[in-house]
Amino acid sequence: MSLDPILLSLRLAATVSVILLLIALPVAYWLAFTKWRGKFLLESVVALPLVLPPTVLGFYALIAMGPRGPLGKVWQSLFGHSLAFTFEGLVLASLLYSFPFAVQPLVASFESLDRRLLDASSVLGASRWRTFARVIVPLSWPGLVTAVVLSLAHTLGEFGVVLMVGGNLPGVTRTASIDIYDRVQALDYAGAHEMALLLLVIAFVVLSIVYGVNRRVWSPWTAR
Amino acid sequence: MLSVQIQKRFHAADSPAFALEVNEEFLPGITVLFGPSGAGKSTLLDCIAGLLAPDAGRIELDGELFFDAGRKVSLPASKRKIAYVFQSLALFPHMTAEENVRYGLSEAGSPERNERIDRILHAFHIEGLRKRKPRELSGGEKQRVALARSLVTQPRALLLDEPLTGLDGGLRQAILQDLHEWNAANRIPILYVTHNREEVDAIGERVVALVDGHVRESGAPRSVLDAPRAAALAQAAGFENLLRGRVEEHRESDGVMHVELDGSKCGLEVPLGSAEPGEAVQVAIRAGDILLATEAPRALSARNILPGTVESVEMRGALVVVEVNAGVRFMVHVTAGAARSLGLAAGKRVWLVLKTYSCHVVTQR
Repeated sequence: MSLDPILLSLRLAATVSVILLLIALPVAYWLAFTKWRGKFLLESVVALPLVLPPTVLGFYALIAMGPRGPLGKVWQSLFGHSLAFTFEGLVLASLLYSFPFAVQPLVASFESLDRRLLDASSVLGASRWRTFARVIVPLSWPGLVTAVVLSLAHTLGEFGVVLMVGGNLPGVTRTASIDIYDRVQALDYAGAHEMALLLLVIAFVVLSIVYGVNRRVWSPWTAR
Repeated sequence: MLSVQIQKRFHAADSPAFALEVNEEFLPGITVLFGPSGAGKSTLLDCIAGLLAPDAGRIELDGELFFDAGRKVSLPASKRKIAYVFQSLALFPHMTAEENVRYGLSEAGSPERNERIDRILHAFHIEGLRKRKPRELSGGEKQRVALARSLVTQPRALLLDEPLTGLDGGLRQAILQDLHEWNAANRIPILYVTHNREEVDAIGERVVALVDGHVRESGAPRSVLDAPRAAALAQAAGFENLLRGRVEEHRESDGVMHVELDGSKCGLEVPLGSAEPGEAVQVAIRAGDILLATEAPRALSARNILPGTVESVEMRGALVVVEVNAGVRFMVHVTAGAARSLGLAAGKRVWLVLKTYSCHVVTQR
């Protein structure tokens, strides 16, 4: 069995998770603490990928990234090659696709914080940034772990978006799930089985981590 | 001096609108904010601290403007240098006691700051708890850490929202003693919210009584709490008997008036007040200010003697709570010894003895 597809999937998932965390933190902070009445609009946008079929998302992503699409044009002029059917294109599409999985655990975590702790921090002279770094983030670490792990797992398992945007180029866009599909099409059931089992095990481990953290089994200060 | 002139309205779909309206000046020293729950005490503190923006008015501390609705000035909470100890204390659960205390000082651990931390930990007797997390601290220890965390920043005013709730009397006294010593050395305006009468007596230099979002009375603790003029305040100040009635007549030459109690034929002689004859009033009487006699008393200076029957006798620690029906129900507190020697029991015939000046007339609203 070639490990290339699974390695590619892991590289994609890791890249996406790191970037997602950086984007999701400020978005989740804003969603959790804004008093703006129209915030439900942004909440709906964030949750869209949960509801839309991946092919719909992939289709629009493909059009946007194509040589005549707005994103594709900008990319072409900056880097001299097209965005569709590249690893970067996959990363971009996956960011969209896994966005809610990073944002929602963070929002839930931020919203459940005792507001008086944040008040105490401001009254003690801390700026918003210091409150965020020293109080909000350390107390939200189960949410942070959940966000990272879920975006990892979700990106690892995606199929529809990858197929639409990335196609099936070995080493570039052929991820684990595409590889399985390919092998089944070619009636290579044994090969498909190995890859499928590997994904299954990874998914199980990842979910165990999420549930373990949220039960606070390993939490250093809320245990007992 | 902390000067507060603010208005803040709340509109909630499921509860009647609430308006806070306060015009007060708080001098250095401890001012107790007293009042029933829901009177707006915490809201007032939140406005002063900058956690809540008033709808109108201004807030000023020692000449520095914190808030002015007209000029759209509102200094953020982090810049006001006001210390605020919440009822929940809000210690950071992921930090040790020392890290909590250090939080309000800027990052760098200069020798001067370390010394300040050492001094405050010493002053509040929590040096031995430096490395403990809040969950490893007892209630009283947490309260001390929260006070130290607030005071180490050398605030220009201190807001305390029922910081000693749930502590037993001895521990409370000890912490209050530490606070008194700190106050003597630092003299800043301190607002101390409580609805506990004992705390008012132990602390107060001055009391401001807040009822329904408005300052109803202010002054020395004795004058405010011993003769409340508002029913809600009387209840909060621990007047167990609050009896409805109607002013029957003024006897101005004697400086008294006569109040007929609703639903009974008994009346009370009370100090002359502003209520007119015919006006509905309430009479507030402390359960501890009423004497009980098992024979009809004679030749007494007390002007109110009402016959009645004991309905129930209940032990509460060293205190005995006696319920007496004299046409209307009275609560009377006596000592266990007195209850024993009088043989108080349900059905026993007794006389209630009330001094005129133990009866406080309270306006209906």
